[in-house]
Amino acid sequence: MSTATKPSAPGAGAGQGSGSEPIKAIPARHPGRWVATVLVLAFVVVFLLAISTNKNFEWGIVGQYFTTSAILRGLLVTIELTVIAMVIGVVLGVVLAVMRLSPVPVISGSSWVYIWFFRGTPVLVQLLFWFYIAALTGPHPALGLPLTHFHHFVYHLDANRLITPFTAAIFGLGLNEGAYMAEIVRAGILSVDEGQTEAAQSLGMTRLKTMRLVVLPQAMRVIIPPTGNETISMLKTSSLASTISLLELTGTAEQIFARTFQTVPLLIVASLWYLAVTSVLTAGQFYVERHYARGHLRTLPPTPIQRLRAIFTKNVTTFHAGVPPPPAVPGGERR
Amino acid sequence: MTSNDGGGHMVKAESVHKHFGKAHVLKGVDFEVEPKQVIVIIGPSGSGKTTFIRCINHLEKIDGGRLWVDGELVGYEQKGDKLYELHDRDVARKRSEIGMVFQRFNLFPPMTAIENVMVGPIQVKGESRAAARDQAKKLLDRVGLTQKMDAYPAQLSGGQQQRVAIARALAMQPKLMLFDEPTSALDPELVGEVLDVMRQLATEGMTMIVVTHEIGFAREVGDALVFMDEGVILEAGKPREVVANPQHERTRQFLSKVL
Repeated sequence: MSTATKPSAPGAGAGQGSGSEPIKAIPARHPGRWVATVLVLAFVVVFLLAISTNKNFEWGIVGQYFTTSAILRGLLVTIELTVIAMVIGVVLGVVLAVMRLSPVPVISGSSWVYIWFFRGTPVLVQLLFWFYIAALTGPHPALGLPLTHFHHFVYHLDANRLITPFTAAIFGLGLNEGAYMAEIVRAGILSVDEGQTEAAQSLGMTRLKTMRLVVLPQAMRVIIPPTGNETISMLKTSSLASTISLLELTGTAEQIFARTFQTVPLLIVASLWYLAVTSVLTAGQFYVERHYARGHLRTLPPTPIQRLRAIFTKNVTTFHAGVPPPPAVPGGERR
Repeated sequence: MTSNDGGGHMVKAESVHKHFGKAHVLKGVDFEVEPKQVIVIIGPSGSGKTTFIRCINHLEKIDGGRLWVDGELVGYEQKGDKLYELHDRDVARKRSEIGMVFQRFNLFPPMTAIENVMVGPIQVKGESRAAARDQAKKLLDRVGLTQKMDAYPAQLSGGQQQRVAIARALAMQPKLMLFDEPTSALDPELVGEVLDVMRQLATEGMTMIVVTHEIGFAREVGDALVFMDEGVILEAGKPREVVANPQHERTRQFLSKVL
């Protein structure tokens, strides 16, 4: 597989290079690159010095608050919110995308209107809308919105809170996400070559089987990267829920610095946590993408772990390349 | 169930018409194929030959005329003098009895060669994995690809991919095979290996309709050569006779360019 580009030196052990003369040339000079490297390094050093020595950053306080229970609780709410909103978004997105591609005008039309509305208004407004929906409709489901019915039910359980900040945030973020995911899923479905559908149908697959077994698995390759993007984006957009008094990560940090006036350190605490979770998500995305690249690339890209292993045991690659030669060497001797 | 017509013929077309928007692509095609026959369709691009064989397994809907495969109407059911459109499920069942090989192979990229050959029997016929695997192995052996069973399509040459595609179609044990320019997307040196497999298939008695520009194949293997132009069949007959002595001026012109 990876030994394809080795036209010369059939007999020579690949690692030795004793048979064929390796090219010894003086590398071309790139003084510009060196100047740029030094400049960038200097800038990085100055920047690191600035943030590590600046008293306002108060790194001690950052450390103090980094793992306090309030912050960790906020982090948990943020993660819950992200996961639930994304699940709603993905499910809704697939449904809306399939509806959009329906030949029935009313079905595709209503999907279009949904996407138009939820993409066309700010998430913050939608969040506020869900939070204050009780105030709009009152205890009676007068507006006829589907959820007035639901919160009417909640009303009897809890007269104080018709809809909690958490449920409002989930509705606001999830329903908004559904509109974006719908377009991502639709693009994925449309990206699959029509020949695939025809081949599946010519084997006698029904429309549903064709979609499930042939089209969607290939659409995933196109759907996954932007979905990872959306998840990372959702993680940070969920901070808007702090405006409807939900104590997620940002809200918690705000609540603390409103009391202690340690604004900058607490914002750093929140940022570091967002960065940490984003890193985990990015790594996860890499593996999911790799899984769905199966069959589209001749060789899959190495995982970071494989790459590390390759650096530490450089011989591994030459050993692989060296596997075919041994039978070739005695063959050469025989002649 | 069997309609009044098409009995005995593997395929029978009666004045088949097809429009794409304003373009009138098929203008009354009459056509018959007997079991075990190999029919080769040639003609300039845009003559409707590809559209016509796509109509045979209902990848395209016909707008006029009648089309039967093995005595049953394609895509419709006739009760009395009314035509009823068939349901997706029934269309799919009928398609499963007709194999199709495409110009651009259309193998499923996320599946290995053997998985491509297994997926039809397992998912459509409900065969067990083991049985499907056994059969797939035999078919891949038959098209000379035992070594490449676990390769993904992207790792195969065009000729190899097309041979897998033929094996995939054969796995459904079709009673009719349609070939839509099976060698047109191949490098010249790979054409032979695909034609060899098709020749083998013809000698085993498979009913085949082949759209191609390979006149040599037509002359050697074909029972009949059909020349299509501008949506109609202009000329049909024994391949050697049509090639040696075309009756129509259009046929003569076309053959002089491809021979």
